[in-house]
Amino acid sequence: MKQWWKSGAPWIWLNGGAVSISIIMVFGLLALILVRGFGHFWPHSLVSTTYVQPNGEQVEVIGQLRKSETLTAQSLRDAGLKLPEEQRLVTRHLFKLANRDVTGRDFSYMVENFLGEWTYPKDITAFERREWGDFYGQPLRLLERGEVVASGDGVWPALQERLQRSNRIFDEVRKIERVEIGNINFRLERVRLDQRRAELRGELNDALRAQFDERRRALNTEYEELQERLNALIADMRRDAVVMRVAGGKEVTVGLNTIVKAWQPNNMSVIAKVGFYIEAFYDFMFGFPREANTEGGIFPAIFGTVVMVLVMSIIVTPFGVLAAIYLREYAKQGPLLKAIRISVYNLAGVPSIVFGVFGLGFFVYVLGGAIDSAFYPEALPAPTFGTPGLFWASLTLALLTLPVVIVSTEEGLSRIPSTIRMGSLALGATKGETLWKVVVPLATPAMMTGLILAIARAAGEVAPLMLVGVVKLAPTLPIDGNFPFIHLERKIMHLGFHIYDVGFQSPHAEAAEALVYATALILVLLIVLLNLSAISIRNHLREKFRAESD
Amino acid sequence: MSAIPTDGGVLRESLLPSAEKREKLRKTRMFRDALSRYGVGSGGIGVIFALALIFLYLFYETLPLLKPVSVEQAYSYALPVDETASPTLHLTVDRFEEIGGRFAESGAITFFQASTGRILSSVRVPLPEGVTITGFGRSETRKSLFVYGLSDGSVLPLKVDYDLTYPAGVRVITPRLSYPLGEQPIRVGERENDDEAVDYSALTIVEGRGGYVVAAGTREGEIAMALFSTSTSMLSGTVEIRRQDFRLPALGKPVRQLLVNESLRNLFAIDEDGVLHHFDIVNRGNPVLVETVALTRPGVDVRVAEFLVGSRSLIVGGSDGSLTQWMLVREDGGNVQRLALIREFRRHDAAITFIEPEHSRKGFIAGDESGTVGLHYATSSVTLKFLKVVDAPVERLAISAINSMALVEGRGTASLQVLRIDNPHPQTSLSGLWGKVWYEGRDGPAYIWQSSSADDAFESKLSLVPLSIGTLKAALFAMLLSTPLAIAGAIYTAYFMSAPMRKLVKPSIELMEALPTVILGFLAGIWLAPYIENNLPILLIGLVIFPLGILAWGFAWSRMPASLRNSVAGGWEAAMLIPVVIVLGWIAVTLSPWAELAFFDGSMRQWLTSVGITYDQRNALIVGLAMGFAVIPTIFSIAEDAVFNVPKHLTQGSLALGATPWQTVVGVVLLTASPGIFSAVMIGFGRAVGETMIVLMASGNSPIVNFSIFEGMRTLAANIAVELPETAVGSTHFRVLFLSALVLLAFTFVLNTAAEVVRQRLRKRYASL
Repeated sequence: MKQWWKSGAPWIWLNGGAVSISIIMVFGLLALILVRGFGHFWPHSLVSTTYVQPNGEQVEVIGQLRKSETLTAQSLRDAGLKLPEEQRLVTRHLFKLANRDVTGRDFSYMVENFLGEWTYPKDITAFERREWGDFYGQPLRLLERGEVVASGDGVWPALQERLQRSNRIFDEVRKIERVEIGNINFRLERVRLDQRRAELRGELNDALRAQFDERRRALNTEYEELQERLNALIADMRRDAVVMRVAGGKEVTVGLNTIVKAWQPNNMSVIAKVGFYIEAFYDFMFGFPREANTEGGIFPAIFGTVVMVLVMSIIVTPFGVLAAIYLREYAKQGPLLKAIRISVYNLAGVPSIVFGVFGLGFFVYVLGGAIDSAFYPEALPAPTFGTPGLFWASLTLALLTLPVVIVSTEEGLSRIPSTIRMGSLALGATKGETLWKVVVPLATPAMMTGLILAIARAAGEVAPLMLVGVVKLAPTLPIDGNFPFIHLERKIMHLGFHIYDVGFQSPHAEAAEALVYATALILVLLIVLLNLSAISIRNHLREKFRAESD
Repeated sequence: MSAIPTDGGVLRESLLPSAEKREKLRKTRMFRDALSRYGVGSGGIGVIFALALIFLYLFYETLPLLKPVSVEQAYSYALPVDETASPTLHLTVDRFEEIGGRFAESGAITFFQASTGRILSSVRVPLPEGVTITGFGRSETRKSLFVYGLSDGSVLPLKVDYDLTYPAGVRVITPRLSYPLGEQPIRVGERENDDEAVDYSALTIVEGRGGYVVAAGTREGEIAMALFSTSTSMLSGTVEIRRQDFRLPALGKPVRQLLVNESLRNLFAIDEDGVLHHFDIVNRGNPVLVETVALTRPGVDVRVAEFLVGSRSLIVGGSDGSLTQWMLVREDGGNVQRLALIREFRRHDAAITFIEPEHSRKGFIAGDESGTVGLHYATSSVTLKFLKVVDAPVERLAISAINSMALVEGRGTASLQVLRIDNPHPQTSLSGLWGKVWYEGRDGPAYIWQSSSADDAFESKLSLVPLSIGTLKAALFAMLLSTPLAIAGAIYTAYFMSAPMRKLVKPSIELMEALPTVILGFLAGIWLAPYIENNLPILLIGLVIFPLGILAWGFAWSRMPASLRNSVAGGWEAAMLIPVVIVLGWIAVTLSPWAELAFFDGSMRQWLTSVGITYDQRNALIVGLAMGFAVIPTIFSIAEDAVFNVPKHLTQGSLALGATPWQTVVGVVLLTASPGIFSAVMIGFGRAVGETMIVLMASGNSPIVNFSIFEGMRTLAANIAVELPETAVGSTHFRVLFLSALVLLAFTFVLNTAAEVVRQRLRKRYASL
């Protein structure tokens, strides 16, 4: 023992333990996100049981088991629960009870002591609703305009069929509201701006005014027609309803127009569950958020993140590469350049929030304000570019990631064997030609690596974006069918901010938790993918140069 | 082979371009070369400039905080007087600094152009026949309420409003008088029925919560007051005024000044000797004298006292030129509030004659006998400027609501001086930002960050101390977790680990660095914080069980049969430990509730509360764990490089001399690589200081000043993220937030530069070894 101690082996084991702990933390974290994130879409079985409430009353419970935990009985006694004296540990379960509008609380902890037998009746049906969260119950009757059209076992097949119909109508309604009416509003605003611009320039005369009124009238007529169609569709959508029995025996009528999806998890085969799972995942990726972002999909957030990162790449690549080439190839090497280089590298370590502050102050208020008064005077005092938006978010991130691109490109340039450079110069090429035709093409993979690393950093960055253009709910996407198609001044949604907002600022944080895990999963996958590709490009590149310089 | 044409066997002219063409080509090539040189040069310099701009811009935005106050005597003009030329009772200026007003003893109110003195209009207060004005009192300046004492013993309250109209798009301001308590003069203090003429020596009017108070004091020391409670009828929408009159115990000395605060709970009467009598008037039927306070040193007279905006504290000017601030302070947790001296300002050289508080912040302007005007600010307790304006004693002062224009009238002079004041950020003195400040409504000086509130008269508390302490606290707890793990891990990975495993481990830990911190923050706040709260002993158990368990496994392994030990190559210890650590973790989780039962009466959370330790769910512990996790890869990566690059011949030499591998690590490797490890820790610390999202989500964001591991904090970075989107552009708060960004930038930049320099030196040393 003493000898073992003296050999220093314990210290080596402890150091090794540090590595193991770090590795377990990394992969444990990834596993946690994977399990919770992917678990979000699985149609979990619904439990039916009874629970004896603290006041002695026994109630029926229908719900989904979310988690179980073991606590000391004392901590629950401190919270006012009566437990037998001799009991030391207690298991409690968190159930999702849904039916937020019926009971007022959709999640509840229940102590195992007071729970009855767990059964899984096949006819328990779950609805995903457009408002008020999920709904659990047992279907009793199906109604069409108040008349019973199916009951008992016949309800479920008829329900699915009619649900498809109401969802088809809903999609149409959504299309009219979002796309067509959105277009009209956009064009009406344009008319207003045109008129105001003419007024500011002093060109507004009666003829012009009549022309604007005419344009406005045409749009309003169009709008009224759409509105009429919309009203008819909405009335049609409200035709069917289903009467459900909820836990406790109460009957609740649910309109089919409020239901997004219906499923009977206890009645599904594994294959059906997988199918449901894939569909749910698709809806999540490509759907729009509902209920203050706590339900529905995250498409606008994914779209916003991608567009912002693309715009950022377009800005950061040329400038980063130019700066790197300048530092490496043209600038006079010396102590000053060394200081500049260290400073540029160090900017990568400056807190990102500082960039956000700079972006808000300089880009948004100074540059944006100047752009507004020069090019968009007709919209003032409402700011166009003088307010946080897509372009400023991208520009701020470009500044933030410049050091990454510069460092990576410089590294690539310095790796290129000087023999290649000398060869080109010896053949009579000018410095510029050597640079652009020989050196830079060889260094492209390094630039790509830098760019990918920059994108990975930008995609995960949230703090500066909160200041310069990311919002919890953007009414429109930054790209649409209205001229000029890419709207750089619009505010956007972002995956990272979505996580922060839904996880911490939403009214139903508990209900949204699973969705946040799923969002986090998407973000992690995106970033891990980007980083892995950067690493593989870098390795590939090293191999390649090793081969070429031999 | 088309290079040489063969038709007819005659060589045609050379394929090379002609001389001119070559000349031209050369020129274009040279041009392109120059273009590339200057294009890249300007692009590169532009980018470097853009990065430098971050420094410059943040500096530019915070610079106004340091700018000294400027006060200049802009112009002066003849005192705008009405036909009677009676003395001035009061001066005002509107919030657009266009219209000045002069209240004269004759009952005339003259409005004039503030820039030229040209008289715009003159109105007369409606006085009954044969009655003259004998007294005057006013409310807080921002409320614009006044009360005249009349020779028949009645008083007349009135209010000045400014109406804004925009005929033809141009702003026109019209002053208007209104009478909130009726156009008829009233009598206060149950004097309703007698017609006795009273000569009031002190008058005041207050609009407070739920009503108005008019108070009047006489030379005999009697104080009478009337309370008008207003209530709006729900049905008709009409305002109903209920009136209550009562008298206060007599002072026995002439009343010089009366002050009632906005809460309508306290009345301060100052007598001829400069003694303040503090009455509690909450119980309307029975006003109580709480205390009498001598506001000045013996032999010094109180000349004037005024409330600062919000009427929570009182500025007292003495005949020796002293200025002091007094405030009601709760005594040792009791319910009685007593007036306490909380700070003194720089003394004027002559007796104070007039004090005028600013309308929207805690500053005031004071005039003295020598004609000097002083600008003071309460929160930062600074005297910003003295300026001699007139040769006579200052008689009256007025300051505009945006604090950039003041009117000064000298006693006996027939002219009015206009001061232009540029004083946007009086609060941000060094002591205001970093020292303990006694804020209004507090029981003592403290470091507080509380930047805004719904109330207009709110005193913003901009101490950077709680935020800096919070930042350091969060970073320290993060370093506490990450430094040992990362350095130990780096030593093992670089020196002991087998090459194939290292190839896997290094990228995985570096991948951790790319994980968005918003995800770490989310997990810390939503998953870890509640879990730790319910299973607190896990940490204590973990601290013991992990090192001991690992050592135990190591010892057991050394006792295993050699055949088994030899089947695993050296440098795979960490891989072997992975299942061990998982099992240890599982043991810790299982043991946790039993530890609670055994040592903490069944619930450690409750136990902490019972021994007097505050526990917030989101606290420094959670932040330390989550941010430590985020910092590990930064430290690990750099430290690993430093250790790995220690020249091999050094270590081999040491081993050849008979040192054990561990002795080599301690004696040679660590010694050589220590600067690199040090710079790794510095860079990690820089990252922890600036991290925003984790702290924002896992710390609770309460700006408290302590180092308790179980309480939260608010860091500079998180504070910026929370408050910057909501603040007014250009305000003091806005600039202080920019200042905190600049502090963060400078701090991390210096830290990183130092670390980088250390690393470069180390690299040079390795090369020379």
